Amino acid sequence: MAKINSPAELEAFRKDLVAKRDPTKPLISVCCGSACLASGSGEVAAVLEEEIKKQGLSDKVELKKTGCHGFCERGPLMVLRPEEVAYFHIEPKDVSEILSQTVKEKKVLDHLVYADPAAKEKVVHEGEIPFYKYQERIVFGSNGIIDPKNIEDYIALGGYRALAKVLFEMTPEQVLEEVKKSNLRGRGGGGFPTGRKWEESRKVQSDIKYVIVNADEGDPGAYMDRSLLEGNPHLVLEGLIIGAYTVGAREGFIYVRQEYPLAVENVNVALRQAEEYGFLGENILGSRFSFTVKVHQGAGAFVSGESSALMTAIEGKVGEPRPKYIHTAVKGVWDRPSVLNNVETWANVPLIINNGADWFTRLGTEKSKGTKIFSLVGKINNTGLVEVPMGMTLRDIIYKIGGGIRGGKRFKAVQTGGPSGGCIPESLLDLPVGFDELTKAGSMMGSGGMIVMDEDTCMVDVARYFLDFLTEESCGKCVPCREGIRQMLKILTNITKGKGKEGDIELLEQLAETACEASLCALGKTAPNPFLSTLKYFRDEYEAHIKEKRCPALSCKDLIAYYINPEKCQACMTCFKNCPAQAIIGGKNLIHIVDQEKCTKCGTCFEVCPPRFRAVEKISGKPVPPPLPEEARVITRKSKEK
Amino acid sequence: MELVDRIIEKHHGEASALIQILLEIQSKNHWLPKEALDRVSEKLGVPKARIQHVATFYKAFSLVPKGKHEIHICMGTACHVRGATRILDAVQERTGIKPGETDLDLKFTLQTVNCLGCCALGPVMEIDGKTHGKMTPSKVAEVLKNYE
Amino acid sequence: MKDVQLTIDGREVKAKEGMTVLEAARKAGIFIPTLCYHEKLEPYGGCRLCIVEVEERGWTKLVVSCVFQVADNLVVRTRSEKIDRIRKMILELLLAHAPDAPELARLAAEYGADRNRFDKESSFCINCGLCVRYCAEIKKKFAVGFVSRGTRREISFIPEIAAEACWNCKECFPLCPTSFLQAAYVLTEAFFPKGNPSG
Repeated sequence: MAKINSPAELEAFRKDLVAKRDPTKPLISVCCGSACLASGSGEVAAVLEEEIKKQGLSDKVELKKTGCHGFCERGPLMVLRPEEVAYFHIEPKDVSEILSQTVKEKKVLDHLVYADPAAKEKVVHEGEIPFYKYQERIVFGSNGIIDPKNIEDYIALGGYRALAKVLFEMTPEQVLEEVKKSNLRGRGGGGFPTGRKWEESRKVQSDIKYVIVNADEGDPGAYMDRSLLEGNPHLVLEGLIIGAYTVGAREGFIYVRQEYPLAVENVNVALRQAEEYGFLGENILGSRFSFTVKVHQGAGAFVSGESSALMTAIEGKVGEPRPKYIHTAVKGVWDRPSVLNNVETWANVPLIINNGADWFTRLGTEKSKGTKIFSLVGKINNTGLVEVPMGMTLRDIIYKIGGGIRGGKRFKAVQTGGPSGGCIPESLLDLPVGFDELTKAGSMMGSGGMIVMDEDTCMVDVARYFLDFLTEESCGKCVPCREGIRQMLKILTNITKGKGKEGDIELLEQLAETACEASLCALGKTAPNPFLSTLKYFRDEYEAHIKEKRCPALSCKDLIAYYINPEKCQACMTCFKNCPAQAIIGGKNLIHIVDQEKCTKCGTCFEVCPPRFRAVEKISGKPVPPPLPEEARVITRKSKEK
Repeated sequence: MELVDRIIEKHHGEASALIQILLEIQSKNHWLPKEALDRVSEKLGVPKARIQHVATFYKAFSLVPKGKHEIHICMGTACHVRGATRILDAVQERTGIKPGETDLDLKFTLQTVNCLGCCALGPVMEIDGKTHGKMTPSKVAEVLKNYE
Repeated sequence: MKDVQLTIDGREVKAKEGMTVLEAARKAGIFIPTLCYHEKLEPYGGCRLCIVEVEERGWTKLVVSCVFQVADNLVVRTRSEKIDRIRKMILELLLAHAPDAPELARLAAEYGADRNRFDKESSFCINCGLCVRYCAEIKKKFAVGFVSRGTRREISFIPEIAAEACWNCKECFPLCPTSFLQAAYVLTEAFFPKGNPSG
């Protein structure tokens, strides 16, 4: 493939590509994002390839292995175009029917389409499914139609048009103005105005500058960046090149965590192809702008996702954050001006250039423009990645798109912002999503993790969980974080074990203040947030744990006991057989009891007791009723009447 | 040692590529023996103390040989909320090891990881790269039995 | 070097561009407590004890004076209710590791820190980094370094380097506020390569 040497050549090439593609020809896009692959979409795709050949359909239908579509709950999934029929929970055995019925005969297979659990009605077309309908997928939408390993798919869609425009029709100042006008704010968590960051770097006189993609995505429960990089790496790359041109950088880095092997692979393929086609390297598209990119892998440290720590890691050192009195945009990697932005931030840039800042600002709230991709996970029905306009309420996201709480349980809180964020209770569900709105409520936007919690989630344990995470992940350099979090974790762990005492909450609050005010970096400064927000909205749970040694959510192992209700037990022996500690005393027609001495609180009996009996209960905060004597536990069953 | 030299060559012996070099050695050799670290120190001109910190700072590196099968239990927030701690407890009980440890016959290495990105299948346990989703404590014994 | 004029605790202080607030304060005879600071070493910013309040362009914030550079018309306060509270907490957190360290005890008296506020921690090391940095920056031997991260972070000697370099040096020993360093060295002696005399 010869390099493309001018915008005119690019447009001609693009026209050619589009002309060669028949929009009416049947196309099957199978999601091959990491989550669907884990559910078995790799096998489905392999069987599809085979069957297409076997059924002689090779020139009648095209198969495309795309990146993540977002509806991870229902994978493996596929969309059959151009009709946009969406099939879910596909197994290899469905393939042959799909080809013979839907592709050949255009007949829809009822058992594979989306069925709304509440309304029980079936929805055939992708765009009408509530999960997709209420989203605004300006960034993520292309994932479903391109093969990330094929740059031509991206070009055919209009890819690299923004880059050509920027290099030949705009000056760096003009690009900067457009980005500033769009009010794009960082999508990695800080929400810092992107235009301002670029401007700061641009102003510094230096012949060496860097632009960096932060794909470390350390927040547990967040995987938006992974799916963007796996599914549409060129979108991110195009944004990066535009940024480099604007700021005056000739070298860039993409820092990907090594836990994302598919993303690393797809990014490397994309870089190679971009260079081959002339979008990277010397004299890009015949302009006099040159730019190269190196991939750096993370090595398993959450703190390295912090911008100054990331830059230190790029230098080959331990990923410790630096004091930010001088912004890294001025002194970053090797003390050179370095612009670091999140994957999603870079992905928005080509869209802003192509469609204009005004188009971008029509979406969103006053101070938070555009859209945000969230990973909607936890106790929710429709787990997956959703892209919504800023300003949509949490209620709409959770109920209209997310389909409400799993298992018919009651909503309790939604956690945003990862370990730096907080929990938002039911009373604030009508909060419009936006940077400042979430911060005011005691949480933060963060990278986009949105973890839904229900009545069975213990909020004290949530605080403990995040602090446990942070004690491992803190770099350990400064005292307020390393020691402060250490002590906070100890106290919270004791509280969840029933060893809490008066004064614990006050001590936790003081430790929180020290960490917030005196820590070196944002990890330490925001570490107390999960505790502070759960204390604010769920203080009663803390007090129950401390004063009554009771866990209201019936979750903390040391504060609950499993008890078999003798009125409900039918001696079916299921729990007896499954208990890994042999802690159930029982037999045929003998009501079972839990031997509290042997019980390890694993919860298996609670899990396996048949729903029609529901005899196993969890007790907290009061003593377990003494077991009935053996004679009283014998069940005499009435013999069947003849 | 040849492997180590080759990897260092590939990165042109640049000190800033230290982490990338160690990642490759870890990936191909499954652990970082002291001789390898000493060689890297020599060739890159990076002090041993600094390499010692890097090798112990990052979770991806192991200074001891790992077991035949690597068990990764996702402790991400979504899996946590769906009961990942119970899965971890069950695995600890069956294997006798804690996260970060390898059992005495070098059969299993247990590690906790933060978010495999399969939140829809939570709680998730990954063994040798294969994902086992919708785990429950009662399923743990069954799944582990398949790995000899 | 440009001259800079700032105010520390109400006093006018003259300094040069590029100096840190701590350096300027010391020059003017104003005391700010430190633990991980050493005038021969690059500022570390780890103990956070030297934290001060600065007012710049209408904004007040807390910064560590060993790293923060002076600026014209900067207003600095080295003591306040909040600063004292934070310093007291930092000391109490460190006293959990090394309750008998003389330097910590002296500062504890000044700030009313309670050495029994927290249960004792198993390691004396307070991660001030003085030993590691001294060996790296001044002696350039790198005989001792950090291991691990977070709550597990500690210092550790490299046995084969220590065997050669430390016996005739030990310049870092008096720097350690808690004597953990000396203990770590003695334990490392067990790992010295055979045939290496340790005295």
